[in-house]
Order: sequence, then C-alpha cells, then structure tokens
Amino acid sequence: MIAKRIIPCLDVRDGKVVKGINFVGIKEVGDPVECAAMYDEQGADEIVFLDITATHEGRGTMLEVVRNTAKKVFVPLTVGGGIKTIDDFRDTLRAGADKVSVNSSAVRNPELISQAADIFGSQCVVVAIDAKRRPDGGFTVVVNGGRIDMGIDAVQWAQKAESLGAGEILLTSMDTDGTKKGFDIELLNAVCGVVKIPVIASGGCGTLEHFSEVFEQTKASAALAASLFHYKELTVPQVKAHLKEKNIPVRI
Amino acid sequence: MIAIIDYGAGNIFSVKNALDFIGLENILTDKKSDIENADGIILPGVGAFPSAMNMLKEKDLIKTIREQAYQKPFLGICLGMQLIFEKGFEFEETEGLSLIEGTVEKMEPKDLSIPHIGWNKLEILNPCPLTNGLSENEYVYFVHSYKAVCRDEYISAYCEYGEKVPALVFKGNIFGAQFHPEKSGKTGLKILKNFGEML
Repeated sequence: MIAKRIIPCLDVRDGKVVKGINFVGIKEVGDPVECAAMYDEQGADEIVFLDITATHEGRGTMLEVVRNTAKKVFVPLTVGGGIKTIDDFRDTLRAGADKVSVNSSAVRNPELISQAADIFGSQCVVVAIDAKRRPDGGFTVVVNGGRIDMGIDAVQWAQKAESLGAGEILLTSMDTDGTKKGFDIELLNAVCGVVKIPVIASGGCGTLEHFSEVFEQTKASAALAASLFHYKELTVPQVKAHLKEKNIPVRI
Repeated sequence: MIAIIDYGAGNIFSVKNALDFIGLENILTDKKSDIENADGIILPGVGAFPSAMNMLKEKDLIKTIREQAYQKPFLGICLGMQLIFEKGFEFEETEGLSLIEGTVEKMEPKDLSIPHIGWNKLEILNPCPLTNGLSENEYVYFVHSYKAVCRDEYISAYCEYGEKVPALVFKGNIFGAQFHPEKSGKTGLKILKNFGEML
C-alpha cells in the first residue's frame, strides 16, 4: 500500500530560501541545499523547490542549487517556478530534479504539459493549480499569487491537465493558504473526484489534526507545507507520528 | 569500481550521486573495457523496454553485459531490472537480456492508477544480500507501469499494489530493483551499500 507523502516546500530566490511575510517583506531563512538535506534526514518523502527568482541570472543559480541538492538528497525532488519551455524542463531535470512543476505557463500554453509528458514521461510533470472560490460557487484558476483570475474552472482545468498527460496535481487553495485553519477539503474533494492521478494538498495547514483530516476526508496522496516546517512550528517526524497513530500509512 | 552503464536512458546522474555519497567508486560508461574491468555493474534506466534494448544493441553492449553479469555483482534498476528478464511486452514483444527467467508485463491493478508512483512497503519473501540489515517496515520509491512476472524463488521482496509486485529480484549475483534505491532515502542507500559490500 502506498504511503501518504509529507512534502516540505522551499521558496528559493537567488539561491536562498526565503519566506514572504504577508506579501510585504521577504525574509531569507537559509541555504536550500542544507534545508533540503535536513528535511530528507527528518523523513520528508519529497522536497519541493519553488523558484521565485525573477531574473535570468537567477535561473542559473537555481540550477546550481538543484545540482548541489541532488548530490546530498536522496528522495524525489520537484522543482517549479518560471518553467516556460521544454528546454527549461530539460535543464531542470538534467540538473537533478525528478519532477518539474508548471503553473501559469501551463494555463497559458496547455500544450507544454503534453509535450513535456511525451518527451520526459508523465511521472515528472506536475501541474500546480492555484484555485480560489468564485462568489457564485465553484473554483476559479488564479495566477501571480492570486492576483490574476484566469476565468477558468479549476476542477475542469485539473481534468484537462490529466488528459494532457500531467502525472500529478499540486493543488493550492488561495482561500485557505496562510490561514492555518486547515486544508481546503471542499476544493480537494472536488478535484480528487474527477482525476485519477495523485493530488497534493496545499495551503492552510496549521495543526497536526489538519494533516490527518486531509487524508481522512479526501483522497489526497500527499500534503505540502512551507512556513509550518520552516519556522519549526511542526516537524515532519511529528506529523508522521500523528498520522501513524491515526492509522494512516506513512513512511517512518 | 562500479560501472554504471550509460546507454542514454534516464537520469543516471542520480545513481552516480548516490554511489558518490556513500563512497563507492564508480564510473559512468558505455565502454566494454570499463564493464569488463569493473568489480560490479549497475544498469539503470527510465524509459521504454524496446528503445532501451535498442540502445544497448546500437552500442553493441548486449553480449558484454550477458557475459560480465555472471562474473560479478550486477544490479538492474527500474527499467534496468526489467531488462534482465527474457521478454518485455511494452508496446511490442521485445527480447530482454535473459539473465533471469521471466517476463515483463503491464500492471493492471483494480481501482488503482498506473503508473505506480510513490513510497511503498517492501515485504521480504526471500532474504538476499541486498536486504541485509533491513527492518520489516521499510518503504522505497517506485515509478513504473510494468512489472516482472517470474517464479517466487527469484523474488527477494515484493510490494502490494492491488496485487503482489516484485520489487527486488535475484538469482545468484544478479539483482534487480524495480524501485529506485537512489531515491529511496536511507533504505535505498543501505541497499546500495549492501551491493557495495559484495564487490
């Protein structure tokens, strides 16, 4: 039986792990290679790097970070942020990433998903979806940190991403993200109900119970958290011990 | 010295990174002489069975691998494990390296998605040198859509995914891991270290 995965996510800018504080300031919290190695040591099932670098030079720095991480971290590594072309996919995978995640570039150019899946295989194509509730019900796809509404139904987009060859969906709720009030169970169930590929739950976790809830109440395959782990409010071993106690299969 | 056979398939650097990390000398190579001179051989691989066999054929490595595999520890990883069987049925029937009797067939688990991706638990059936020191609760990382079909005596460990899926196979000094030891955290590194112990 497949274990449910716990995935720490690291935001990386110019080769440093950073964390935004309410969109105002961005604070450096460390070296991504060291942070990733620490999470691996603690039993993280996968590591996600989200490159929030805006500049071209910064992209080279990110690839260097991936190369160095791949020498020390022996669990799957997913890299996303700013991936726009097949060449970006290739460079990132060659640097040592196991999976590449695409977000707004896939919304704007869905063929990127099918091309990448054909060339590199579905297993390394993760489609990240940022979803937000519509006032009239349902969920819409947003990009640029929630600032731009793409006017696309998030559940339909997840289905389309799967049919184009996505291997996994990384689903972030912009309604619960940062609230620490729990994952967006309604959104997760809406998406898990229409796709067969694994869905990674993201946004909103704040307590141990939030992790058991998401696996008890939805079909999510994995749960992702960023600041919760960075600021050591909870650790990966604590989360896994809690899930094990609740009889949820985890790798310990 | 371990020869990691580089025949143009998949991310071979992760295997090299893992061996470097645990201090096992290795070389990425497609040269017959390196394979002949090595103390052990690793055949990695991500991709499809027919194209992988084709690439080995184009590099004229099939005969060398068959001869050398019987003389020193040999480990096939993921697709590299599948290639050690007699026949594969991915897209079309393709002859494999025939180092262990068996075939490679499409997985068809009920109500479960394919590919089988993720951390799954190793259930040890027949202990082998690679399972030395492993506990009863070890998870390893899988990414595959096809599985080996072979006699139980060749299965060292399997995992449950709607059916029993051979995870670690062996015959004499020939080993095959369906999972990726280089991506399976401490458990994977332990298995690679065990391989190093045999050299």
